[in-house]
Order: sequence, then C-alpha cells, then structure tokens
Amino acid sequence: MFQHKTATAPVSLKKLAEQPDLLTGGHRLCAGCAESAIVRQVLMASTYPVVAIMATGCLEVATTVYPATAWRVPMLHNAFENAAATASGAEAAYRALRAKGRIPDRELRFVVFAGDGGTYDIGFQSLSGALERGTRFLYICFNNEGYMNTGIQRSSATPLGADTSTTPVGEAVLGKPGWRKDLTGIVVAHNAPYVAQTAPTAFRPHDLKNKVARALEAPGPAFINVLSACTRGWRYEPADTIAITQLAIDTCYWPLFEVIDGKWHLNYKPKQKRPIMDWLSAQGRFRHLLKQGRLVAEIQARIDSEWDTLLERCGEAPVAAASVPPPRKAAGASD
Amino acid sequence: MSNRFAALTGNQAAALAMRQIEPDVCAAYPITPSTQVMETYSQYVADGAVRTELVLVESEHSAMSACVGAACAGARAMTATSSQGLALMHEVLYIAAGLRLPIVMAVANRALSAPLNIHGDQSDTMGSRDAGWIQLYVRDVQELYDTLIQAPRIAEHCEVMLPVMVCFDGFTLSHAIERVELLEDGAVRDFVGVYRPERYLLDVEHPHTFGPALLPDYYTEAKRQQREAMSRALEIIPHVALEFGARFGRAWGMVEAYRLEDAEIAAVVLGSTAGTLMEVVDRMRERGVRAGMLRLRAFRPFPAEEVVRLLAPLKAVAIFDRADSPGTPSGPLYEEIRSVLYDAPARPRISGMVYGLGGREMLVEEASATYEALERAAAGTAEIPPPGYLSARG
Ligand SMILES: Cc1ncc(C[n+]2csc(CCOP(=O)(O)OP(=O)(O)O)c2C)c(N)n1
Ligand code: SF4
Repeated sequence: MFQHKTATAPVSLKKLAEQPDLLTGGHRLCAGCAESAIVRQVLMASTYPVVAIMATGCLEVATTVYPATAWRVPMLHNAFENAAATASGAEAAYRALRAKGRIPDRELRFVVFAGDGGTYDIGFQSLSGALERGTRFLYICFNNEGYMNTGIQRSSATPLGADTSTTPVGEAVLGKPGWRKDLTGIVVAHNAPYVAQTAPTAFRPHDLKNKVARALEAPGPAFINVLSACTRGWRYEPADTIAITQLAIDTCYWPLFEVIDGKWHLNYKPKQKRPIMDWLSAQGRFRHLLKQGRLVAEIQARIDSEWDTLLERCGEAPVAAASVPPPRKAAGASD
Repeated sequence: MSNRFAALTGNQAAALAMRQIEPDVCAAYPITPSTQVMETYSQYVADGAVRTELVLVESEHSAMSACVGAACAGARAMTATSSQGLALMHEVLYIAAGLRLPIVMAVANRALSAPLNIHGDQSDTMGSRDAGWIQLYVRDVQELYDTLIQAPRIAEHCEVMLPVMVCFDGFTLSHAIERVELLEDGAVRDFVGVYRPERYLLDVEHPHTFGPALLPDYYTEAKRQQREAMSRALEIIPHVALEFGARFGRAWGMVEAYRLEDAEIAAVVLGSTAGTLMEVVDRMRERGVRAGMLRLRAFRPFPAEEVVRLLAPLKAVAIFDRADSPGTPSGPLYEEIRSVLYDAPARPRISGMVYGLGGREMLVEEASATYEALERAAAGTAEIPPPGYLSARG
C-alpha cells in the first residue's frame, strides 16, 4: 500500500473552516445542492496546488458564467464526455513542461469533477481510457443519479423505480426500469490504485477529505464516487441535503468504502441497518413506490445482497437489520 | 547550411517534420491513411529521439480532447488523423478553436462512410471547414513538410491563436514516396521557437477559468473575435511563408497560380490534383490555348482577394471539388469562389465539377475534356457546362 499523508492526525474541521474557499460563494447552484460542498471539501483537502478539469453539467454552468467565475484554482472545462481525456492531456503537458524546465519544478495535482452522466454514461470511454493509460489524476464523480443540468433525465446511475423526466411514472411504467450500474466496481476492475465511495455527511465529516488526501498520494489514477444529493431531482427540501445523504449510508444504499491497491476496506458499518423504506420515503422521486410492497421488498433484497457482498470483500462480519426503524427526524419528501 | 535530400512518403515526411518541431505533447489514434504518421512518431519517442509526452488515447475524440488539455496547459500539442477520426473529433474541433488553442494537426484526407472507403477525397476536412480551424491544403510531400514546419508559427502567432490543419491527400500523398529536401534539426528548432502562452492552465499562481459558459450577452463577441483572428491569419500565413522562404529558399503563398498571367480559361483545385491539372495546362498551351490553373493553398482563411484578382479577368473557369455538398449546386469550393466573384465588375463563366470521390483517379483525358469545354465557352461556341460529377457512371 502506498504511503499517505493522512496516516497522521487529520486536520481539524475548525482549522479547515478557516481556510479560504477555493470555490467562492455567489455561484448559481441550487440552494442545498451538494456539489459545491463537495468541491470545496475536495479543494480544501489537498495540500498541493490543484488544477481542476470539469465536465459539462450543473457545476459548470453554475460556476463559470462569464465574466464571473467561482473558481480560485485554475480550471478547464472542455466538453461533457471528455474530462478524463482532457486531464490526460493536461497531465502529460505538466510532465513534459516540468521535465523541460518551462514551469516551476513542483508537485501539482489534477482533479476532474464530473457528474454521473459525464462519468457513468457518455464519459465512460474517456474515463476507462485514462484509467488504463494510468493518468495520474483524481477523478471525482458527483453522483446525483441523473442528468440534472438538462432537467433530471435518467442516467445509468439512476436507481430502480426513480421518477425522472425520461422515466416518468405512468399507468404502464413505474419509473426507471433496471438497477443502477456499479461504476465503482467497474473502476476497481481497471486496477486503479485508489478507488473509493463517499458522501458529504455531518456524522463522518472527515471521510471525504481523508479519502481525497489519500487519493492524491496514489501513484496512478484515483477515483472517488461521491453521492451528491440533488434537491430538485430527488425532490426534498434544500435544508435536508445532509440528512438525506445520511439515510443513504445508514440504509447501506451507499456504503462508504475504499479499495487501495485492490484491497477492500469498509469505512463505516452501521450497528443496525435501517430499512430502505426510510431512504425511499424521504424523496419525492420514489413517492409512487411507497405502496408497491413487492417492489420495495425486491429493492431491499438487492441492497442486502450487495451489502453482504461488500462485507465479504472487506472481510467484515454481517450486520443485523433494525427490527424497528428508528424515528426519522430528517427530510420530508417534497414535490 | 547543408541540406539533405530524402525519399519519403507523405506520412514519413509529416512525422519527420513533427520530430523536428518536437511538440511537448502528442496524442495518437490509428486510422488509415494517416496511421503511419503517429506510428513513426511513436518510434521516435521509443528511441528517445524526441522529448514528447505521447498520450495513447482510446479514440480520436479523446485525442483532440487530450490536445485541448495539453495546449491549454501551455504545451505545444500535435496529432494526426483522417476521415472518421476527424468526424469523431468534430465536437472538440470547435472547442479547440473557441478556446483559441494553437493545436496543429496533420490530416491525410480520406472519404467518409457510408459506403466505407479508405481512399482519398476531401469530404472529411470540408466537413469541418466551419470549425474555426485554419486549413492549409498541400500539393506534394515537400510542401507538406514545409507547411507543417510553418504551422506552429501561424497557429501560435499572437495575432492569430487558432488551431491549424495541414491537409494532404490520402494515399496520393500519404503513401507516395517523393524526393524531399530536408532542413536541419537546429534550423527547424530556431524557426519554430518555443511556445510561451500568455495564460495557461498550469499557472497556479494566476488561476484562470478556461472554457466558461458565455450567455447571449457575450457569446457573439467571442465568436466575432475568432472571425477577426481568422482574417488576421490572411496576413500572417504569407508572412510566415515569406520568412520561411527567406531562410530556406522555398516560398509558399496563399494560392499557387500556374500560367495564369495571360490565361483565358482555368481550373481551380485544392491539393495534389494540381499536379494533374498543370500537366493538362501544359498540353493546352502547346496547342496555343491560353489555359491556367489556380490552387488554393489556404482554404480557411479563404483568400478572397487573390481569388478575385486572379480569376475575375478570365473568360471561363471550372472549379474542381473533391467533396460534394448534396442539395447545393456543387461542392463547397464552387460555392465560395462563385460567391466572392459576384461583386467583381467582370467575372468568368463558372462550371463546377465534383471529382475524385473515394479515391477515384482524375484522368488527364477527363481534365482535358473539362478544359476543352471551357475553351468552347470562352470562344462563345458553346454554353458553359452545368455543375456535375466528373467521370461518374450513369
Ligand atoms: C455531447 C453532449 N450531449 C449532451 C449534452 C447536454 N448535456 C449537458 S449537461 C448534461 C447532463 C449532465 O448530467 P451529469 O453529468 O449527471 O451532471 P449534473 O448536471 O447532474 O451534475 C447533458 C445531457 C452535452 N452538453 N453534450
Ligand atoms: S439541479 Fe440538482 S445538481 Fe443541479 S444545481 Fe440543482 S441541486 Fe445541484
């Protein structure tokens, strides 16, 4: 396993909060959008100067409207599906120019920010190519489980049954047919030295930034799939972003884990798994499923089996399901 | 200066010119007939003959995307492609130009599918004529070599800052061996210099946002700036060519006029077919016909002034397009030449011929027949032929 800096004590949140924001406020992301919180945490977590590469999506159109920019680090947006290839070119240029003494001789880090559409679907080839080539970058996927920028269409990250504008609920169809793609697993299969899943939460505030810090020490490509709650697409109140994210973790819908040099590590194991109904009922996009007992049971069974597989991969013992769901203070679904 | 001569294919000459330019980053993806350019270059890298970072991508879309990333980062970036590869890059070509990145690309022209065809025509680069790239079309391998060496100077000129495509006919030039006069490595290095952009992505001390969103309040101005840069390239291309000529003794203009001074009829063309037409012109001249030929070396920017100056006095002109534009009267070259001649006080009768698609040879006899038709139109003994296909079966 490669050495990583966060083996020492993590930086305190208070100290981090004192750092200047590298993504300023005043951008046009929706109130409650997780994307800006994620970008700010990623940029804070790096002890190296970061060069950002971005795919088209909500983040791009909300943070770069000329003549303003929210970015205080260098940032290049090329197109929707080619952020990884763009990063390969920029990183190659960095090595070439550094070797020729045309730029200062110091460590920089390349970080890609792309949505699930730009990663799971249209940008998948470009990502796969960059992983195979061994581009030294950190690829952050904002997984809000749909094409939000164009008005909440389904992507291959969209969960079974979700109501989106291209998988609308009707008499004949109950939202998105089919399970989401296991992109994190597919990236692991590329033998990237660092792969992780995380999400911004209040209860494990260090998870995201610790993973970023570790990823930035990886000797090759690093990939972090970050669940990124979307108030518009998931249909909940903007104030509930972090609480909703918490539910994804507590129901084992979105486990926190990392795969370092092919070795799987679980980062959080709930003492009791909350039922998937807690996750579904908190979001308007699943409202039509709540009375579909059989379908919900199917979803629960699949979540359980994926969780068991993950535990096995990580060498962990199984967890009991909560017999009585704890009362949920968070998140009321909204339309 | 001790010059050397070598027998090289177009692809080898392109790779050699690239070795002498020694770009910081090259992206590579294979496609016939340009594959050999990046294969040869990869060997240079493998041999340690160049200090270039090679990005071996999984598609041409990624090849151009990597070039955008590299050029924006501050590197001199080059690649090569053809046909489907150029078509796949289409989206990113506009971005490279819109971001004002001086990428240089060698394009071995090839037909587009369907039907699948690997042979030469210019449909591929004509499909990207409005992408905002400078497009230079060469006649032979020597010109290809010389033009590629001039390309970074044109692209990176502070008055221009636009990407450049150097287009050479697939197989006719890419695979034909010709005698090429080479320049010394040091002479090329001095000529091309080092690319030092004003703003670049890796300048972490001065962070810039590249590729932002521009709404209706600014987008138009950004596009107009591109147009203005393209117009300035009309001056810069000959300026760089002149300097090249002064140093190395070979001069290339925006156009090549062959026996046009006293001509009454002429054909207009892009690329290697000029060689065939020059042969036909010589034969016509032997018969006392005042024939000539005009080859556009630059298609973007379009050398309107030269075209009008050289063609307006003629009586009859045939425009040979090696690409069609279905639904319009003929090919793109025909449209644009007719358009710029419209305002001339006097103008020739104009015919258009689409030829050479999918690698079909233009025969001397066929070209002669077109010249003879021009001769009759000039003499007033027949109408100018309407636009059509040269040599197509029924
Ligand atoms: C080639 C191409 N196809 C389609 C689009 C339109 N488009 C822009 S952003 C986007 C969706 C982005 O979704 P995602 O990557 O999930 O990011 P999000 O906006 O959800 O953060 C789409 C479809 C495009 N810009 N380019
Ligand atoms: S639509 Fe969703 S992802 Fe896009 S800015 Fe709004 S909350 Fe964020």
